[in-house]
Amino acid sequence: MKKFALVSVLALGVAVPAMAVDLTVYTAVEAEDLARYAAAFNEDHPDIHINWVRDSTGVITAKLLAERNNPQADVIWGLAATSLLLMKGEDMLEPYAPAGVENLDPKFVDSSNPPYWTGMDAWVAAICYNTVEGEANGVPAPTSWADLTDPVYAGQIIMPNPNSSGTGFLDVSSWLQMFGEEGGWNYMDALHANISRYTHSGSAPCKLAAAGETTIGVSFAFRGAKSKAAGAPIEIIVPTEGVGWDMEATAIVAGTANLEAAQTLVDWTITRKANELYNQGYAVVAYPGVAQPVEYFPEGLVDAMIENDFEFAANNRGAILEEWASRYDGKSDPK
Amino acid sequence: MRGRALKPKLGRDDLAHRGFMAVIGLYLIIALALPLYAMLSKAFTTYHFDLSQYEVQVSDEAGTFGPVQSLASLNTPPVFEKLATSTNGRLGLTKLFPDFSFRSPVMYRFRGTSESAVYLIGSERHTGPDWVELTSNSFRRVVIRPVAERGLANFRTYFSTPALFQSVKNSLTIAAIVTAITVSLAFWFAYGLARSKMHLKGVFRMVAMMPILVPSLLPGIALLYLFSARQGMLKALMFGHDINGPIGIVIGSVFFTFPHAMIIISTALSIADARLFEASDSLKASRWRTFWTVTIPGARYGLFSAAFVVFNLVITDFGLPKVIGGNYNMLAVDIYKQVIGQQNFEMGAVVSIVLLLPALLAFAIDRRMQKKQVALLTARSVVYEPKPNRRMDWIFFAYASAVAVFIAGIIATCQFAALIKQWPYNLSLSLKNYDFSRMDGGGWGAYANSLQLAILTAIIGTVVVFLGAYMVEKTRGFEKGRAVFQGLAMLPMAIPGMVLGIAYIFFFNNPANPLHVIYGTMIILVVSTVTHFYTVSHLTAVTALKQMDGEFESVSQSLKQPFYKLFWRVTVPVSLPAILNISIYLFVNAMTTVSAVVFLYSTDTALASVAVLNMNDAGDIAPAAAMGMMIFYTNAGARILHALISKGILKRSNAWRKSG
Repeated sequence: MKKFALVSVLALGVAVPAMAVDLTVYTAVEAEDLARYAAAFNEDHPDIHINWVRDSTGVITAKLLAERNNPQADVIWGLAATSLLLMKGEDMLEPYAPAGVENLDPKFVDSSNPPYWTGMDAWVAAICYNTVEGEANGVPAPTSWADLTDPVYAGQIIMPNPNSSGTGFLDVSSWLQMFGEEGGWNYMDALHANISRYTHSGSAPCKLAAAGETTIGVSFAFRGAKSKAAGAPIEIIVPTEGVGWDMEATAIVAGTANLEAAQTLVDWTITRKANELYNQGYAVVAYPGVAQPVEYFPEGLVDAMIENDFEFAANNRGAILEEWASRYDGKSDPK
Repeated sequence: MRGRALKPKLGRDDLAHRGFMAVIGLYLIIALALPLYAMLSKAFTTYHFDLSQYEVQVSDEAGTFGPVQSLASLNTPPVFEKLATSTNGRLGLTKLFPDFSFRSPVMYRFRGTSESAVYLIGSERHTGPDWVELTSNSFRRVVIRPVAERGLANFRTYFSTPALFQSVKNSLTIAAIVTAITVSLAFWFAYGLARSKMHLKGVFRMVAMMPILVPSLLPGIALLYLFSARQGMLKALMFGHDINGPIGIVIGSVFFTFPHAMIIISTALSIADARLFEASDSLKASRWRTFWTVTIPGARYGLFSAAFVVFNLVITDFGLPKVIGGNYNMLAVDIYKQVIGQQNFEMGAVVSIVLLLPALLAFAIDRRMQKKQVALLTARSVVYEPKPNRRMDWIFFAYASAVAVFIAGIIATCQFAALIKQWPYNLSLSLKNYDFSRMDGGGWGAYANSLQLAILTAIIGTVVVFLGAYMVEKTRGFEKGRAVFQGLAMLPMAIPGMVLGIAYIFFFNNPANPLHVIYGTMIILVVSTVTHFYTVSHLTAVTALKQMDGEFESVSQSLKQPFYKLFWRVTVPVSLPAILNISIYLFVNAMTTVSAVVFLYSTDTALASVAVLNMNDAGDIAPAAAMGMMIFYTNAGARILHALISKGILKRSNAWRKSG
């Protein structure tokens, strides 16, 4: 595509001004969704070509921070809002109010004016429960976070390590917000006693539950729905206390040489059409009234989402991770 | 009267030699020394909250403001004991005010005392000395940012954080255990090959080399399928222990370090002098005594060398503990967690330096040992030829078979895992796990990239390494320059791949660096891979060149031939076997390496070995195994090709050796 554009520009010579713009877009969106997003965007804007740089949330965040003095990206499309807030504090984002931003649910728009980022969709924590393993091990399905501290679940639970996984941090930050600082850490102390392993990835616990490697995986609903659709014997459980969530969001990188094209792209990312696209995988999107129920998604998920204080999450991230590591990481050698 | 010291005049060739050597030396400095320096300096960049940079005024409930107070004065006696933090540190201030309540009508004025004082209100960034007036509810959202300084604080934090420090102990323990197991296993295996008449020696030798062809994390995946607590095929053998953790790391490490130890020990055993055994025999020494007084002393240096190589491989390996380490922290994984998980580059650099120390130490001891080694094989030595011994031959055969079953079994398990639809609920066979485009990691493009990297590394690396070795070996005089070059060439052996990768981020991702353009491209992957595997290739080339008589150069010079003619017409053809060995070594390692490139690949240059890691990480274990097997078959194919070419070339180019 890129080659084609280049060749056609060369062939036409100077008579036609080179309209095609290449945008470097950093993203943590799942690999299989990227092609869809780009194709839909190019239906409306064939002259802007997207070069994706895709990796996990942690890697993309590390990459952006490492490049802060010499940014390589033009746009970030699909990265955790918590990460974008970190970058906002580093002055790495270009404030911009995309056309039509007033149509979005205000929960999904940065509080500054003009906003530094706009949300796309929410990814919501959930528990994946393997029914086959549950029966074989005599472990009932949990209904709440508190259930998971019951001794019957000892060694039956896998959750992501918040120090290497964004989903893991989302869980920890939601518990601290729901149960208060002291209550949150007490809860995690009790939960830690039942955890068999912390993984480096947020989707792994659910995939491991789907493969029967664990009875319960603390993961996110989107991943659970995919595994269930693939035929794994799992139930996706929404704990009664409420669930943490983070959103995928979009921002322009300060210092981009293609500001106009970047703004065009960001304008498009908040359209109804784009949100319908996000809705194919995510049950909760930024544009009100768009969301259709997603197959295999658990009921009541949207109502269970907590009032998430992203600022709290971003500003206390370092301190929370340090505390978590000192409580559970050093002592977690299996005996 | 003192005359000037007589100095031979430098000929055109000498200058050319030195020029080439300088160019390749410069390559090593840019690709190795400068990045390491950049990393070191990062480790000494510390961050702390400077409270004296901020001032605050607090009102009473009626809104009348009190005196200006510095945050530093509010922190006496200290509320915040520890002001050291990381680059991303943020400190909320409400704890400095014991009666703080966000509902109170008390107002706050806040400012920095200089432009460099940075603080956030919520997520918005502010700097400088303008007063900002805030309600209590807004003031709780104020956090200050740290300032950078040079110092040792990162190291203090490291050694006072048990979660981090524990990894040093873990890494050393695992490395020591694996070294003991692998060296013993490999010794008896090599002993069987060299000193018995057992059957199928060729097959055993081939199987023993298989682990070199796969990324070190592949055995981890196989072990999960075999022994995982719930669904492992042989889970009963674990007796309730969890394979995720030290047990898994040890078994997997023994697998991937075995061939390295086996080759070194085999070489040591193969140079035994048969006359010593005859002497021992005629002195009526028992076999046991002969073993301890002749065999072991002869192989001593080989055993030490093997031990150091294994120790270094284990302590610097990253893939395996990441896949199967569970909650057991190892140094190499800590680096990854610090940099990728927490974006704390400074602490990543500190862990790198900690990881560098045992590796450097092992390397230094090994170098010393090798200097002590005296030539065991002299011109008068007689090659040892084992005699048949039915009982011993069968014992060794049984032993070698057990090792071979272990190695081949691990590889076979991976292939099996790659073909199963959904383990353990749907055991039908399918190729869907090879549909990499549906997974994270880069898909088939990553495989193509890996092939490209391996081929480029093999070609460019061989040229650079061989030229460098040639210049070092054949340049006359210029002792100091040669010594520096030798030192640089030996250094990569002691640098863990992770450390090299991080050092490259710091050095090449600096906008002030004109070489920045290669960041994120295939070139930086090739440069890092060539550098990472430089030492062994260099030693291979030097050994081959040493075997060539210096007379060639003298004759060529007296015939007034320029050195490149001799180089092309004699040196290269004669050294072809060594050149081919270097290129296959670089090829295979470029296909399997993870540690250095995991920090350096970009979307366009995703690699198969990294894809194995990422797919496994995301829980897509079967596709990870499938990609791992693709690497295995590619490397196996490359080695077969290499063997065929070597055979053909040896036949042709060494014809002169026979015709006499």
